[in-house]
Amino acid sequence: MHPLLLDRVGDQMLMLGNEAIARGALEAGVAFTAAYPGTPSSEIALQFFQIAMETDLYFEYSANEKVALEIAAGAAMCGLKTMVTMKHVGVNVAADALMTLAYTGIVGPLVLVVADDPFMFSSQNEQDTRYYGKLSSLPILEPSTVAEAKEMTIYAFDLSEELRLPVILRTTTRINHSSGTVTLGPLRQRKTTGVFKKKPFAYVCIPAVSRKLHPQLLDKYAKASSHADQSPWNRIEGNGKWGIICNGVSYGYVSDALKELGVTDSFRILRVGFSHPFPERMILKFLEGCEKILVVEEGEPYMEEAVCNSAQKTGLSLTVQGKGEGLFSRLYEYDPAQVKKVIACFFDIPFEACQPIHTDDLPEAPPRPPNLCAGCPHRATYVAVREVFGDQAIYPTDIGCYTLGLLPPLNMGDFLIAMGAGIGTAGGFARATGRKVVAFIGDSTFFHSGLSPLANAVSNNHDFTLVVLDNSTTAMTGHQPHPGVDLDHLNLRRNPIPIEAAVRGLGVKNVTTVNPFQYRKTLEALQEISRHQGVSVLIARAPCPLHERTLPFCKKKKSFFINKEKCRDHRDCVAKVACPAFFLENQRVFIDANRCEGCAFCVQFCPENAILPIKQEETCTRRS
Amino acid sequence: MHTTKLMIVAVGGQGNILASRILGEAALTAQVPVRMSEFHGMAQRGGVVESMVLLGEGGSYCIADGDTDILLGFEPSETIRAAKKCRANSVVITNTASVPPYTVALGKTQYPDVKTALTLMADRVQQLIAFDATALALQAGSSLALNMVMLGALAKSGAVALSPDLIQRTIEEKTKKQFVDINLKAFAMGMQAVAYTLGERH
Repeated sequence: MHPLLLDRVGDQMLMLGNEAIARGALEAGVAFTAAYPGTPSSEIALQFFQIAMETDLYFEYSANEKVALEIAAGAAMCGLKTMVTMKHVGVNVAADALMTLAYTGIVGPLVLVVADDPFMFSSQNEQDTRYYGKLSSLPILEPSTVAEAKEMTIYAFDLSEELRLPVILRTTTRINHSSGTVTLGPLRQRKTTGVFKKKPFAYVCIPAVSRKLHPQLLDKYAKASSHADQSPWNRIEGNGKWGIICNGVSYGYVSDALKELGVTDSFRILRVGFSHPFPERMILKFLEGCEKILVVEEGEPYMEEAVCNSAQKTGLSLTVQGKGEGLFSRLYEYDPAQVKKVIACFFDIPFEACQPIHTDDLPEAPPRPPNLCAGCPHRATYVAVREVFGDQAIYPTDIGCYTLGLLPPLNMGDFLIAMGAGIGTAGGFARATGRKVVAFIGDSTFFHSGLSPLANAVSNNHDFTLVVLDNSTTAMTGHQPHPGVDLDHLNLRRNPIPIEAAVRGLGVKNVTTVNPFQYRKTLEALQEISRHQGVSVLIARAPCPLHERTLPFCKKKKSFFINKEKCRDHRDCVAKVACPAFFLENQRVFIDANRCEGCAFCVQFCPENAILPIKQEETCTRRS
Repeated sequence: MHTTKLMIVAVGGQGNILASRILGEAALTAQVPVRMSEFHGMAQRGGVVESMVLLGEGGSYCIADGDTDILLGFEPSETIRAAKKCRANSVVITNTASVPPYTVALGKTQYPDVKTALTLMADRVQQLIAFDATALALQAGSSLALNMVMLGALAKSGAVALSPDLIQRTIEEKTKKQFVDINLKAFAMGMQAVAYTLGERH
């Protein structure tokens, strides 16, 4: 049985924030779940994926975040309890549906979990999801601890059901990927089938309908506002003359800082957990008798603006600050020391800063950037593309492991902004420069956002080559399936869509599939398709070695070694392939048998044929 | 109750996350409040893995520079990279066996002189224990048991308020059955290594 299905009320478990959210949804009786994976949200979906295999919970990895939201919206309109999970930038994709779903509202609850990523541990930007609350008028809840993440998830379902609005549960990486003790509550029964009651003049958003729905949304907003004002998730602690308003993980830093400074009695804290609509009346109560206010929030000055707004409305002239010089930044994550320092400086409290040991004179640790793995098929594709098109071509790229092709010596990646934008921007680069353009996209990203820009490129007669890097999984986020793959090994019936068929169906005439580990054939295929004017597509297909080893009947291939008698130290293998399984010792190249995946790609670059498979099985141990 | 702040640094694949999970589960059993966070952005692709374990009352899930009680380093250049997390009364326990990043392996950057760096660090912290934990893991039966050797060293050092017995029981209960024997052996060897180091000093 899945550990999150444990039905022992009152038991304590150590959970990851993401597991706590999944448990909260199960305790709320969630019946229908969907996601597109994205760090730091992915583990929530993983729990649902696993639990759906042993219960009647519905879960799907949808093609993208918009589809995930839409499928859940369909089920919610029939009264089911639904949850959708995504990372912050996923909301940009889902936003089109979300903004108007706020107008129709929903019948059964829909909780949208959005994981923000301050500091961009694994994201392309650090946008602040709370502004989507303003944009959509939807309620937002923000937990400060792992335990609270579970409780707040349950409340999010109840709130959504009562208001008949989608509710956003906003987290940050430091909640998603933190662990803490969670107390189990009862698991509510799931209702897995629903009924759709047709109400076209409430649900079909033509202008005449939407003009009626928008005021209804504002009524719900007002109701949500009064909930926020009385919500126990927004709580005032202490009665001092100095005020701090904080949210999320900042609350933990603030309470630790005040204890360490020994000034808890001088302060009052407002912890905001129900942050949109902003609890305006509660704020006014909090400001009464306060001398000055510090707002502690990672990201944008969302609460700071709201507090200033409330103070101004009532003619209060006290100081309210948060972001600014000598205060907090709009950039990155905060940490406990930084929060303590700003509090001490702002309120003029003597304090002792942490004193890190001197490290200036220590020998520097070498950078350890992530890299394409040993045996990664993307490396092989990049080596071939570089050989054919060199530095002159322009290489728009996309989001996934293959973005790491950016690193030398591959240097493959000239522009990256968003899922699918590799294809979208390619036509612009080609038209503006007249140069050869080769765009890259991964298989999962192709289904996520690659189809419409490809249709656009064909119909507008753009001229570029698209390389689909197909490793048959969503590798970056932990090997989730996508519409192109089957799950036969898990006995899950799916209808995989061949990328060739999708590409041809969109009107591309020049389509070739290669195994990128076959270097010569890949070179020939690239040369051949790029002769043609217009859009050409090369599908480079070979499995992700990390994923492949998790599949049944996977046999480890023989690792390779360098025969020192044959090797003349040309180092073509190191210079061109740069696989992380190579290492230098006494100025000679070796292969780490533990890291070598046996892909045999480098073998094709050795003029001496000195790279040979290891015969003895026992020397190539592997991780399991 | 004083909050103990432990930082574990490692390279992807060294089992850092499991080690912190064991400590978390042990803390839960001992009813010590515990908060942990992990950072493993693209770890499977050869990057750095950090985890932080906070034992005792408090609200924070992470540790600022100059504020760690214990730095547990599974790889020496990662210990050096994380040195700024330490203060004068920190305890550092580090493996000395290196895992050079591919930039070093391919001669693009230099691997630091570990001995020099650790000697400098040792003078600036309360205690620094360094030993070849990878060799012990291999002796125990698998290089993958490195995390258990490091847990043994941590347990024996007395730097955390979790008894070696409790940590050992947690390893028995929470690690995969087929690895338990190797894991326990590795844990015992880590404890011995520290006993030996401490004995040598006093």
